Amino acid sequence: MSKAGAPDKLVVNGKRLDGRKFDEMRELTIKTDVIPNADGSAQVDLGGTRAVAAVYGPREVLPRHLAEADKAYLRVVYSMASFSTPDRARPGPSRRSVEISKVIKDALAPAIFLERYPKTSIDVYVEIINANAGTRTAAIIAATVALADAGIEMRDLVSSIAAGKADGELLLDLFEPEDNFGEADMPFAMMPRTKEITLLQMDGELTKEEIATLIQMNMKACEKIYEAQKKALKEKFETEKDLASQETEGEVKNENH
Amino acid sequence: MRTIKPYLSALLAKQTREDGRGVFDYRPIEIEINPIARANGSAKVRIGASEVLVGVKMDVDTPFPDTPNEGVLIANAELNPLASADFESGPPGPDAIELARVVDRGIRESHAIDFEKLCIIPKEKVWVVFIDIYPMNDDGNLFDAASLAAMIALKHAVLPKYDEKEDKVLYKELTKEKLPMKAAPLLTTFGKISGSLFVDPTKREEKALDARLSIATLENGQISAMQKGGSGTFTQKEISELLVLAAEKSKELRKLLK
Repeated sequence: MSKAGAPDKLVVNGKRLDGRKFDEMRELTIKTDVIPNADGSAQVDLGGTRAVAAVYGPREVLPRHLAEADKAYLRVVYSMASFSTPDRARPGPSRRSVEISKVIKDALAPAIFLERYPKTSIDVYVEIINANAGTRTAAIIAATVALADAGIEMRDLVSSIAAGKADGELLLDLFEPEDNFGEADMPFAMMPRTKEITLLQMDGELTKEEIATLIQMNMKACEKIYEAQKKALKEKFETEKDLASQETEGEVKNENH
Repeated sequence: MRTIKPYLSALLAKQTREDGRGVFDYRPIEIEINPIARANGSAKVRIGASEVLVGVKMDVDTPFPDTPNEGVLIANAELNPLASADFESGPPGPDAIELARVVDRGIRESHAIDFEKLCIIPKEKVWVVFIDIYPMNDDGNLFDAASLAAMIALKHAVLPKYDEKEDKVLYKELTKEKLPMKAAPLLTTFGKISGSLFVDPTKREEKALDARLSIATLENGQISAMQKGGSGTFTQKEISELLVLAAEKSKELRKLLK
């Protein structure tokens, strides 16, 4: 912990600096339908991290040479708003954002029936509006819900979270000081129905046993996130159903007149 | 390339590969130490027909504000069209960026270089270590070749002279001072095709693979970086299996580090 501005301790009396327990996730809120223009959209708040995802498609592939004859072209763009970080982030793609876009694409692709949409493109845009660690995992949660919201056929939802190590303790869902000054970070995503792992990254220093424990913590949290994602989608479609049935009732009444 | 997948997976099911290797065998590996006279340290690594050249160059610049007493590491990869028909000219694409960043993370996160010893004047002047990765022929598994070449190049790099008064690096006057190395992370990359796991994918295997996992292992068996790639998935059991294999395979690669 030689970095400037590092707190003396990240874990005090068995608690984290924000008062959480080691295996406690930050508060997670998921909303759909946040971008009217998009075919599907979602906003995810995970503690202080906010990700907004929009899905456009299946639609014409541009540029055309990217079209694939047997499946949809999946485009994923992860980007950080210039005001989302402590120092102003330079707008536009960075090396970090290009790599993260790629791993998010690889995390989402196994869940999508891309083969059902040949010669089209499914475009997923995620903007990080406010960053407080865990931005790629919040982006995956949001992108998945937006894909389902867009009615794209999927094998399962993808749930995602990171666990890591700080002050020698294994912790779920690192927030900024733990992410910046901790020892290790392991972003993770899976399809909860089959427990297949679709994203796995790690940087830091860990033993095999610690990695196994962190995977276990991540898997348990993903089950919870999965429920929150399903709930957000159900709420949306139930509201739509209610509106639709109100409209039909109205029509019936009109006919009676 | 989709058409070769059933063929490759049938071979893997029989515990073999197109080139006759076992599933957890590397192709023959050859190394060359300091092949580039102008670099401060360099290495050429061949894994089968894949060849990667890594050059280390040092410069003096200002440190990052959050690490005022530490040197800086910058890794870059150029997927030059001379190395493969699949590479195009232009700024680095996602594959080049991923390659450079995975190699970078393995080194950075294990504190392989003692960055504090690269500080000249705190907050003002520190050494910057550039690791430039140039694949010269891509026949798959550039990750492991690049990581091994980077470690060899760093190990054999010497600092050029720095003229503090003039604030100039005298590249033509090399010192005898080596880079302060503390650890040696090495990447081992595994592929998965139709449920079969294997190490060191060739280009043809890469084009058919469902998923890939790269693991950076240290001398003490600790893991310093992992990266999953490809549009397929892994199970928890497969990952535990690969962590054990990574420890074994990295020991083989480590013998080449001398």
